[in-house]
Amino acid sequence: MNLLRSQTSKSILVLGALSGAFILFTGAVGMIAAFHEREVVDRFISLGQLLLLIAPFVTGYYAAGKLRALGEDAPVLLGGGMAIGLMTAIPSVILLLFNSDEFRFLLDLTLRLIPFVAASIVAWRMYRAGNETQAVIGIWLLVAVLVGIVSFSFALIFEIKGDLRSVLVNINRDWVEVVTFDNRKDLARGIGTFALISVAAGFAGSILFLMPAVPRRALIYGLGVTVLIGAFGETARLILQENVDRDTLREIFRRDTLRQNAALALFIISTVAGCLWAMFGRQARESFSNINVSQRRSLNIIGLAVFVVFMLALPWLIGRTLSDVAVTIGIFVLMGLGLNIAIGLAGLLDLGYLTNYAVGAYILAVLTSIGPLGLFKGTFSFWMVIPLALLAAMFAGFLFAVPVLRMRGDYLAIATLGFGEIIGKLAISDWLKPIIGGAQGVQAIPKPIFLGAELKNPEQLYYIVLVASLVCLFVSIRLNNSRTGRQWMAIREDEDVATAMGIDTARAKLLAFTLSAATGGVAGAIFAAKVGTVFPNSFTVFVSINVLSLIIVGGIASNPGIVVGAIVLIGMPELLREFSDFRFLLYGALLILMMIKRPQGLIPSKIVTHEVRTGVKPKLVGAE
Amino acid sequence: MVEKDKSGQNRILEAKGMTKRFEGLVAVDSLDFYIPAGAIASIIGPNGAGKTTFFNCITGFYEIDEGEVLFDGAQINGRSPDQIARAGISRTYQNIRLFNNMSAIENIMVGQEPHLRSSWIGAILGLPSTRQEDALTEDRARELLHFVGLEGKGDMLSMNLSYGDQRRLEIGRALASQPKLILLDEPTAGMNPRETIETTDFIRRLRDEIGITIVLIEHDMRVVMDISEHITVLDYGRKIAEGLPADIQTNSDVIEAYLGRGAAAATMEN
Repeated sequence: MNLLRSQTSKSILVLGALSGAFILFTGAVGMIAAFHEREVVDRFISLGQLLLLIAPFVTGYYAAGKLRALGEDAPVLLGGGMAIGLMTAIPSVILLLFNSDEFRFLLDLTLRLIPFVAASIVAWRMYRAGNETQAVIGIWLLVAVLVGIVSFSFALIFEIKGDLRSVLVNINRDWVEVVTFDNRKDLARGIGTFALISVAAGFAGSILFLMPAVPRRALIYGLGVTVLIGAFGETARLILQENVDRDTLREIFRRDTLRQNAALALFIISTVAGCLWAMFGRQARESFSNINVSQRRSLNIIGLAVFVVFMLALPWLIGRTLSDVAVTIGIFVLMGLGLNIAIGLAGLLDLGYLTNYAVGAYILAVLTSIGPLGLFKGTFSFWMVIPLALLAAMFAGFLFAVPVLRMRGDYLAIATLGFGEIIGKLAISDWLKPIIGGAQGVQAIPKPIFLGAELKNPEQLYYIVLVASLVCLFVSIRLNNSRTGRQWMAIREDEDVATAMGIDTARAKLLAFTLSAATGGVAGAIFAAKVGTVFPNSFTVFVSINVLSLIIVGGIASNPGIVVGAIVLIGMPELLREFSDFRFLLYGALLILMMIKRPQGLIPSKIVTHEVRTGVKPKLVGAE
Repeated sequence: MVEKDKSGQNRILEAKGMTKRFEGLVAVDSLDFYIPAGAIASIIGPNGAGKTTFFNCITGFYEIDEGEVLFDGAQINGRSPDQIARAGISRTYQNIRLFNNMSAIENIMVGQEPHLRSSWIGAILGLPSTRQEDALTEDRARELLHFVGLEGKGDMLSMNLSYGDQRRLEIGRALASQPKLILLDEPTAGMNPRETIETTDFIRRLRDEIGITIVLIEHDMRVVMDISEHITVLDYGRKIAEGLPADIQTNSDVIEAYLGRGAAAATMEN
């Protein structure tokens, strides 16, 4: 009993239970089966199986750190890792047994025993606490009957349906296939394999922790790179396809999956590279920071030049399919940069950003469409309408900003959220149907024409997005370092004091809303031209939420953060189609994790890092 | 101690019948007062006497219910806080309210707001006039940092400055608008005796070197009696006394307000 109550065993039990719950949960929502569709390494391991391994592996690594902090030595750490591996498997194994024909009686038995066991535990605790015998018996009966009713109804459901699937739809054949590592027919063997692999993963996690720093970092790097490229095999193949001949490509990939040899080579190369970096990386960074200013400046210029060339060459490096994704990411980067003017610079939490996006898209659609709803049937070109879309979005932003100027923090957020919803409803309304087509939307929007050439491919549209984003980036950097930027910062920090300094806060806030709206309008117009049709479906509250999330994940007020945030939140779901069903589940999980572990974002701006570290309340979203 | 009484000649700030009510509570009750131009004036009174409310009414954060406030002869009640700031009144706060996540120099640059003209379009285009103004703003901010004794600390976030430095930075920010009148809300609160003496010397320098009229709310009677040339005493939102430090010290109403009736009687007997 003492052993069970020690800190060490408590940590192991809690972490193991969490890891097991994770596996059970991902299985029950269908993630494991869905991810099994994608192989990471050909005929070796799938993404679903990887998910099963990652939980005990990461938990084992984390637990080892925790146990080390409690003062335990190596054998306990390794044992802990294995225990966690085993515990990870247990909940899913129980479910497997319940689900199998041979062991269904176990489920029945459990459901029938639960009331008596539960009642007995309660009664035993009461007896130990010194209650009267009669009261204890009374409670025993009461609990047994109450729990019995619930349990009996469950038993009834299962007996009628004869299957767990009636309650847990995703605990099905596919799931069993993954969890038993393709031993669905031979359950004993399947469970054994699953448990063994899980224990091994937990053990490997704790071994990784015990390694010296250099090989550990090298291995983490090597594994990370291999898994990432394997998981995004289709993306990797599409990129390589543009740059490598067919035969080499066939050596590396079987369809969209990394071949075993290629994966092994990749793992070795990236591990060696990681090893070199772990050994000499610090030295390299130190020598870089020691070089003199003029040398560093020239290095910076070289770096910038390489970056510019890379950005310009990107569509030709990655091919059509990925260019399409890049354009989508770019549109969201543009919106992120725009919304960041309001949220990051001026501290105005605007949840109605889709308004501007919708206005831009519909303006472009109605003015340029050659379909029945087009007002001018192609008289206006894309380039003539872009400034109009920008102005219209600015005007819309202005109109919506005026009534909310006096609101702050949470109140502002709710009001803007309401405006966004209004726009969504207007887009689909019968009232505006004669102009913007209601649910059918506006169709036949021509592609932009540049110097006589129609920009119909994503590779070409990419440059429009790139230029628009760079312009927006330039404007927001210039403004941030100006009088206007300081006014916004002051308002973000303390609106009352900003007013007392002589700042016309109403004007400054209007400007922030309007400029932010202008960017959203351009993004919407580009989106309309890219897709060629505009539907109300594209303008739901999720646009606003997506943009806000990518800013938060990337890092509020951080421009590089916005790009990274857009790649993670917009690009990854586009590239991993298996994600799509679980997009918002993963969004939620990612946001919670970020808020706990890294509230300043992936690439934080200096100011926000500071706020988080010193615990001074960030004023970005707080109400006064 | 006070050489001459400037009252009656040039009143930079004057209120007539100023009243502010909060749902039945009369925080400032038909107050008549004036501040002589170029003076160091103090407003004192027990806790809850309405001193900070008084500041908020003058700076436009509260709209007064009755009466009028004149600044430099022009009526300012009814104007918004930023207009009043532009007219030449600036202030500090009892609990320091700097822009925490901005550097010290940026705080002062924001303080210069009433004198800045450049527009956002100029900033985007990088117009020479805008750049010139930005450079000038920064130079002036550095001068002010030097003046308040914070040279070399301009790039620190204001939240990282020591308490005394924060107080000084807040005064520097208030000075940046080149005001005619500056309202200091308990500038020596939380300071040790040495810092208090430094601050009072500094306040005197402000008036003597720059010629700004200063109004302070202060609890430390030594500070008040030491530097004030004009004192207004408030109690329950009403003015109970006004005049030179020497008069205030012997005023029975004031002693009663601070110490209670019995004590007042005892002091009078002595």
